[in-house]
Order: sequence, then structure tokens, then C-alpha cells
Amino acid sequence: MSEPRSALNGASYNGFASITEAAPHGMITIRGDMASEPFRDAVANSAQVPVPSKTMLRQAGGRTLAWMSPDELLLLCPYADVAGSIAALQAALSNSHHLISDVSDARAMFTVTGVDAYEVLAKLTPADISPDRFAPGVLRRTRLAQVPAAIWMQDETSFRVICFRSVAQYVFDLLRISAQPGSEVGYF
Amino acid sequence: MSTRLATGGRMLNRANALEFTFNGKRLTGYEGDTLASALLANGQMLMGRSFKYHRPRGVIASGAEEPNALVNLGVGGQFEPNQRATTTELFDGLTATSQNHWPSLEFDIGVVNNYVSRFLPAGFYYKTFMAPRPAWKHLFEPIIRHSAGLGKAPKDRDADRYEHFHVHVDVLIVGGGIAGLTAARAAGQTGAQVLLVEQTAHWGGRAPVDGAVIDGTDAQAWVDGVVAELEAMDNVRLRTRCMGAGVYDHGYALAYERVTDHDPDPALPRHRLWRIRARQIVTATGAIERPLSFAGNDLPGVMLASAVRDYVANWGVSAGDRTVVVTNNDDAYRTAIALKQAGLDVPAVLDARPVADGALPQKAREMGIRVETGRAVAKVRGRAKVEGVAVAAHAGEGSVLDEIACDAVAMSGGWSPVVHLWSHCGGKLIWDEAQAHFRPDPEKAPTGAAGEAFVVVAGIANGAMSTGEVLADADKAGRAAASAAGHDKAGKPAPQAMAEETGAMLPVWVMPQGASYALRSKMWLDFQNDVKVSDVQLAAREGFESVEHTKRYTTLGMATDQGKLSNINGLAVLAKSLNAPIPQVGTTTFRPPYTPISMGAIAGEARGDTFQPLRRTPMHDWHEANGAYWEPVGHWRRPYCYQQDGESVHDAVKREVLNTREKVGLLDASTLGKIIVKGPDAGRFLDMLYTNMMSTLKPGKCRYGLMCTENGFLTDDGVVARIDDDTFLCHTTTGGADRIHAHMEEWLQTEWWDWQVYTANVTEQYAQIAVVGPLAREVLDLVGGMDLSAEALPFMGWADGEIGGFKVRVYRISFSGELSFEIAVDASHGRAFWDALLEAGNEFGMMPYGTECLHILRAEKGFIMIGDETDGTVIPQDLGLDWAISKKKTDYLGKRAQARSHMTDPARWKLVGLETVDGSVLPDGAYAVAEGKNANGQRNTQGRVTSTYYSPTLDKGIAMGLVLHGPDRMGEVIDFAKVDGTMVPTRIVDPVFFDKAGDKQNV
Repeated sequence: MSEPRSALNGASYNGFASITEAAPHGMITIRGDMASEPFRDAVANSAQVPVPSKTMLRQAGGRTLAWMSPDELLLLCPYADVAGSIAALQAALSNSHHLISDVSDARAMFTVTGVDAYEVLAKLTPADISPDRFAPGVLRRTRLAQVPAAIWMQDETSFRVICFRSVAQYVFDLLRISAQPGSEVGYF
Repeated sequence: MSTRLATGGRMLNRANALEFTFNGKRLTGYEGDTLASALLANGQMLMGRSFKYHRPRGVIASGAEEPNALVNLGVGGQFEPNQRATTTELFDGLTATSQNHWPSLEFDIGVVNNYVSRFLPAGFYYKTFMAPRPAWKHLFEPIIRHSAGLGKAPKDRDADRYEHFHVHVDVLIVGGGIAGLTAARAAGQTGAQVLLVEQTAHWGGRAPVDGAVIDGTDAQAWVDGVVAELEAMDNVRLRTRCMGAGVYDHGYALAYERVTDHDPDPALPRHRLWRIRARQIVTATGAIERPLSFAGNDLPGVMLASAVRDYVANWGVSAGDRTVVVTNNDDAYRTAIALKQAGLDVPAVLDARPVADGALPQKAREMGIRVETGRAVAKVRGRAKVEGVAVAAHAGEGSVLDEIACDAVAMSGGWSPVVHLWSHCGGKLIWDEAQAHFRPDPEKAPTGAAGEAFVVVAGIANGAMSTGEVLADADKAGRAAASAAGHDKAGKPAPQAMAEETGAMLPVWVMPQGASYALRSKMWLDFQNDVKVSDVQLAAREGFESVEHTKRYTTLGMATDQGKLSNINGLAVLAKSLNAPIPQVGTTTFRPPYTPISMGAIAGEARGDTFQPLRRTPMHDWHEANGAYWEPVGHWRRPYCYQQDGESVHDAVKREVLNTREKVGLLDASTLGKIIVKGPDAGRFLDMLYTNMMSTLKPGKCRYGLMCTENGFLTDDGVVARIDDDTFLCHTTTGGADRIHAHMEEWLQTEWWDWQVYTANVTEQYAQIAVVGPLAREVLDLVGGMDLSAEALPFMGWADGEIGGFKVRVYRISFSGELSFEIAVDASHGRAFWDALLEAGNEFGMMPYGTECLHILRAEKGFIMIGDETDGTVIPQDLGLDWAISKKKTDYLGKRAQARSHMTDPARWKLVGLETVDGSVLPDGAYAVAEGKNANGQRNTQGRVTSTYYSPTLDKGIAMGLVLHGPDRMGEVIDFAKVDGTMVPTRIVDPVFFDKAGDKQNV
């Protein structure tokens, strides 16, 4: 089998923030009854990450569980761990109605890094990403200009963005244009 | 003549001279100038021609309200018409030309309209160009369009770039005058997140010009101190050159930042549109001085009194050596005093009031200025510039009592609060008798979702007229807004101002009040649109009672300034003509933006590469590098065909069809929708969604299905594969993927919420490649790794496996009538798999094919296409798809609708094949004609073409269409009409043109 290739093959741009397309990353959609404690426990045990509360994400051991909707979570893990993680989840959830689906290749992921990274995102998303309201641990499903995206902060100066794979070039172009040197807003 | 004074001009940096051109003339100004102040400094009082009568016009104001001094700015890709000289900051190399004149600004042929103006009254166009009707379209309109309009439309692509910026704040404050600054400090001290925006490049508004004294210091020092204080607060953000443009529902506001207009830099965004969500909005938008309506008030040299002193104080420019001030209030005396202090002559102040004994008039008298009370300007003398004024008693009809020679007239009719932003989202106004202006009604503010007020008004925008009142009001507004946003921490007390004793103003709508028609027809209300007092009075006489109708009839308050100067004067004249109180007549509607904003700012980043998202499959780059002729399909681009060297599109399509039928073709089918449906109730759910039975499908098998809306109309189709007992994978059309996923979720969430079904749209997880043609199996066997024999994987089956080391899922389904394998592979391996197939297919003559070939292959087989054979009014029964409609099921979406009488009507047009008698290709969408005409005199019809192609396989035109009783009329020849009126005799045939038995696909 060939080496997996991300949508833009790791494209990057250095403006007043740096934009990099991440290497292929594991992403697994988990749907089920999140109101059920046994279900949540089974997910947490199997994923090895605590289940996040609404609009949040939790991280542990290089894996991330992100709240997507009242009945949907997204598990992020290394690309190589996807098959194993899916098998583990399916085994753990076999007694309850659920849907597990590999969506790793359906997405593209970017990092936006720099002290003014906030401003790159604020040019594109209507979500409130003021530093006092948007910090590591928070996840927003929102839009960047004309396409859906999810954003969160990996640390104080680094955002992660995921979007659909087919619009990876569009999102990269948006981020690149928004990070052009000299166009810092000086707001945050 | 206007000129630069030797000293003064607080905005200027006289050390930095800037060169610019106006109508090709090279002129010089200073850093800090506006284009208007620089033009005046160069003696260029004439700046444009008026819209209708082409009268010479000079600048009248010094800010955003300017109606006259509009110029074309820049050249080529930077060209922009209708730019206000008063708000254009001068930069080195600025290029401006004046508008609306021919052949030159000084000598303009259109001015002939001026001399026949009495034949061009309000509503002139509507009255004159009534009949004959066709003449309007072909004669009158083109000529009027040619001579109307102000600036020219840009011809080149905009060379600049733009962006948006989204922020969320507790309190947005619009306006950086002393009111806005005070409100910002009051709100900031509570800890609220505050954003303060100011449209000009300077803080403090006009307080420094007007000589306010605040907290014991002069206004400028106070402003500097407060700005420094605000800059030191982490929770307060300040932005100049950023105009509050509009206020919308739910605390949404737009601000328009002109980032590089004052210092062009093509590398930076020119404008930035701030999209603001604010819990509370404070409008500290100031006030605009009103002109006075006297004869000749539009001559270059007649200016607002406040503007005259702005030019002196801010830019060291005098409008003329001798300036007559005409007023109905005390404030204009500031202008007389400022001029006198600058060493200029003020021959007289003409005050319409019988008495003027406030502090300012007294001071003017003490300075030796002649103050004439009860006096009015009868008319302004001069042709293209002011030469003097004729003085009359304001109480009279305009008999000239005196003549005063002068070069400029400074007029003041009082001040109107800028209520625009307050009004954008429904804030109401009240009429203030004492000041003769509309101001916000604090009881009727714009309200949010819970009925709570979300806009607070501050300062003179709220009708607070003295500096002390302004500061107190603004402090209160800032605290109220912060409190409403949840911040109550106490701060410093409100600033105090030195008391200013003023006399009452006198409303003056026509000057002198009894002016004759001759005078009234030379009194301009709207300078930009050439609307005079006589025009509004005429409209009233003709029955226009509503101010909104009068606006449209006379054009009062239209165009780029939207009546910032004319509005109140115009409606006061209208009210008087109607003998109604002013508040009863009311105002026209204030709509955003406050002043025009660039189209580029609205578009933001959406231009060029990022105009629209373009969806790309994993093989997109290969297509692009290999001659793809693109076709947009939704936001995707799909190859219509692949052109080889020198090949036409038609030839390429023909080659692809023949190659696929004879050898083997390769199709990028990744865009097809793929939705996983899983759960104990998944089969039951799909039985409801599809017209046929899906629950009986065995794992490992595929079935074609139709989906209808609840009204019975066919909405999507595709192949469903059963993955296991609980899990199905539903293929949708390319355009249907998101729509059908949403359709599924809607039914699951709203109607069948208790069914145990989850869905996931995995369209983009897979690259899907169809290997199609008689040699398809040979190609895949060569890549190797999976038994794809008819026994191991029969038609309409699917299997997981490995081909060439790639993990794949192979569906044996065919949309072409050929032996066909649709292979799904994880998207990140899609391109590599495509390359591997191409390499293996080389020796078999395999070629990729595009969407047109796909369409022809399916049409030859009589397969329908959603969007061609369907248009939202077609049911499956129309298409002869009864075989795909379950008779056993008690229900499915659309079933009941399909039983309605109109749906079962045998006269519904039905799908048939169509073959022209001469073998030609029918035009797409052509109608089959029937005998007779309908009630509208149109030819009756009996059918229409839904798909039509040249079939390379059969070497003739083939088509499908819907025809009245079509299936019962096989062999009959009917006529299809072409747009040139000729007919194409066409035979009704079976829609399956090729391999009816299906032998080719089932091998």
C-alpha cells in the first residue's frame, strides 16, 4: 500500500502566523447516546480519553476526544492507530446502539501558530475566539468564510483547524491570505 | 478666493509637502490635509457639477455629510468614483478628477439644463416621458441614462484586496468625539470589553475647534489625556479611520475601516469590514449642521458655518477674505469669531432672530463684528462664485435692504443629531421643538430578542447641546451600556465642562420666510440631487403627502449622501406645505450603511482563488495536468472530458465513449455521495426513504433505489449496498450528498426520533474510481490481488479486498451498461491507486473519461439522470420506473402523494426515447408541438426533451423526453420545435438504445 497522502501534502506558509497542513491524522466519528453513563464510560475507557462536556475537548496521551453534537464525538488519534481504535470501540460498545466511522481521510487539518494566530482566525470565523473566552480545551464547530470547520487551541499560541478534505486548498488559501505580513489587526 | 493661511491648521504637518493632481493639474498640499482642504488651499473652490442642472458646485461641508465635492479617485485598478473630498486624506501622488461635466469642469455643456430649469420640475421624467410606451425603453431611457449619474463606473478589475474581521465585545461605541471618549471611559472602568470606533483619523470630534473647556483644561489636552488613559486599559480597544456603518438585529454591527486609503500599499488590505457582535451599542455619532434655504445657497463659496471654521482651525485654510455669516442660532458666531481671530474679515453676521444676546453674539459684537438681527440673505450674488449677498428682513418677502460684498457665506440653520445608527434597527425619534430637530426617543430604543434595548445614545447625538450636557449624558450612557452588558464596577465621576450660556435658536426653513417663488426656485434643499424648495412645494401641491413618496418623486435625500444635509429642511418645507406638524410628516427611513462602503469590503476575502470554495477530489491535480475540460458540479469541478493535443471537446467525448465501449475507461466517481446508515432500525428507515424495498437486501449485495420528497416527486437516486445486518451504505448523486444527508437527519430528528438509526456522511473519506468496459476485469487482474470473476463477485454485488496492495471495497455496479467495477479506496491513497490503475491499463488501451461520456453511456442505456429527467415536478411513474416502486410496502415518503388524482392522471407526460428522422441531435429542452393554440395564443405542446446527445456508439442523435401518452405511441413521428421556428420530425422509440438485454454488463 502507498504512503497515505494528505490533501495538500503538508503545504505551509509563513506570514505573521505560520500555517501548516498536518500529516494524515486519525479521526473517528462516534455516535451514540451520550446521556448514558455506561456508554460514556465505555467510550472513555476504550478511547483512553475522558469524555468532554458540551463544546469542549479533552486530551490524553496524544489522543483527543472532541464534542461535536449532543450525540456525536470525534476521536483524534495517530493515523496508524485508527484500525485498532475502531476495533476497540466497537468491542466496547457492542451492546449499545452506536455508529463508529473512520473519517480520517475525509478531512484536512491545519495548524495556525504565532502570537497573532487569533487574528488569522478572527478574519474568517464568526465564532467568539476572544482569548478570555476561547482557550485550550474549547472547541468550536463553526465556519471559515464559506465552509464548515472545527477549531480549537493546542496551546496558547497554536490553533488547530479541521475542514473537509475537498476544500483543503480553499481553507489553506484563506489562512494564507489572512496571515499576510502587515495585515495584523493589533486587536487581541 | 479660498487660500492657505500663513499659520494655523492643527491637523497639518507643514514640514511634509505632498504633491497631487486634480483634473491633471499638479497641486501641493500638506500631510494632514484632506483633499477638500488641499483644493481650497490651492484656490480650487469649484469641485464639481450638480446632478441635474450641472450647476457649478464647491465644497459645502468638512466631513461625511458632504454632498457636492465628489471626485473620481485613482486610475486603472484603483479607480473609484464618488469619493468625498472632505473625507479623503491627502497622500503623495493622489490623482483626482471632477465628475459630471463635459467637456471640462469650468465649461460644461450640460449647464444648459440650468437655464431651462423651470421646464425640469420635480417629477419631470414621469410627466414628460409617458407616451408612447415603447419610446421609454428605446429612446427616453437611454438618453436620460447617458446624461444622468455622477461618477463613472470603474472599468478595470479592482487591484486592491479587502478583508473581514469578527469581534465580540460587551460594548461597542461609535464615534470618537468627547461623547464617545467619555462613554468609553465610563464603560471601560466597569471592566467591560469595549471597542471604540471613530470614522476620522482624529479623536475628539469638533470640541477642540469649538473651544470647549473640560475639567479645567482645553479640549485637545483633555482628549489627549483620555485617549492615553483608554489606551492603557486592557479591556478597551480604540480604532480610528473606522466608521460605524450599520446596526442590525441582535447587537450585530458593521464598522468600515479604511486601512490604507490615506497611505496606499498594495500589499495590505485596503479596507477591513469589522463584523461586530456587541451586547450593547452606544451611538455617540454627533450632529450635523443644517444649511439655510436662501436663494443661491448652492454657489461655490456658500458653506456650513462649522465647516468654514473647521477649515481655518484644522487646515489653516480660509474660504475667502470676507465671509458673511448667516444664522438662526448662537453657534455660528463661533465661526465669525474664529475668522476674526485668524485675521480675516467678517463684514456682517446676519441673524434671523429678532434678538441675539447670548454670550457668543455679545463676544462677536465686542470684537467689532457687525451683527444684524432680524435679517436674512435675500439672495447670493455671483454666477460661479460668491460675490456678495443681498440682505432682506427675515420677516419679509425678500425686498433688498442692503448689499454686502463678500467672497464666502457661512450659514447655520441649527444642528441635527446623527440618528442614523440609532434608527437602523428600529430606534424611534422624537421631535425637539426647542432645537427644531429629531432626536432619539430613549423610550423606544432598538430592542433585542428579549425585548431589551441594545442601543444607547450619547452626547449631542442624543440632543445634548452644551459641552456639559454632552459629557454628563455620555458618562451616563457608557455606564448604562456596561451595566446592561453585566458590568457595574464604579469608576471616576463624569468630566465637567465650563458652562456655556446660549440663546434659543429660531427654526428657519425658508429664508426670508415669505420668499417669492422666484427666490424659492433658487433655494437648494438637496445639493447633490438638485432639489429645491419649489420642487418639494410642487410635490405637496400635487398630492404627495408621504415623505417617502416625496423623496422618490423629487429625489430629495437620495444618492450617495442620502440627505444628510437636506433631510430635515426638506421635510420641514413639506410639512409647512401640507400644513401639518413636522413630527406628523416624519422622516424617511435611515438604512445602513451610514456612508457608502466599498463593494470590496463587503466581499472581503471572497475574490480570486477564494471567491468560492472549489471542491477537489484526490485526483484533481492529475485531471488538471492531463487536459481536463472542467464542468462545475455543485462546488466540485469534474472533468467534462480530457482533451488530447489538438482535439476538440466533441472529438474528445466521442473518443472516450468509443474507447470505453470497445476497450476500457476510467472514471473519477469520488464526488458521488456516500452515507452510512446504521442501527437496528436502519432497514425500516431506508424502506421509508426509498420507493423500493431495501430491508430485504442481503449483506454483500447492492440495489438501485429512488428517493422521493413527501410530495411524491423524485429527488435523488443511487445504489444502496448492505454492509452487514445493521449497516447500509447509500450512494447519492454528487449534488445530493449533503442534501440527502440533511433529509435523513431531519426525518430522524423530527419524525422518527425514537428509531434507532445513526447516519454519517463519509463522501470524502473515499476516492471512488470506476473501471468500465469489456477489458475492465483484465486491467484489475493485472493489478492483482482480488478474485473479481463473475462467480466470486457477480453483478450487483460488492466485496472488500486488496488490489495492488490497496485496501479496497469493490462494487459491481454499472451506470454505463458495460462490465464495471466501482472501487472505493481511502482518499489519502486515491491518487496512488488511480496512478496504479492507469499504469496497468496502459497495455489495454485504457483512457480516463469525463462526465459527458458518462452521460452519453447512460443515455444510450436509457438510464435516467436526476436533474435531467427530473426537475422537481416529475414522479418515478412518469419515468416508467414502476419496477422500482414497491407494491408491498404500506408506506414510503411520497407514496400517499403519488396516489393523488393529478399524479395518477394518465395524461401526465411519460418518458420515451426519441430519434430524429434525419439522425440529427435534438436541441436540449425542445418542446413537441401539438395541434391548435392555448388561451394565450401559444402553440399547444405534447412533450419535451429531457436529455439529448450525439451517440458515438450508434453514430446518430439520441434523446429522451416526456411525451403525452408516450409509451403508447411507439413508432409515431411527432414534431419538435426549434427556436428558429422550424420543426424536427422525431420518432418515439424505446428509451433503451443499446444492449437492451444487458448482456454487456453482466459478464
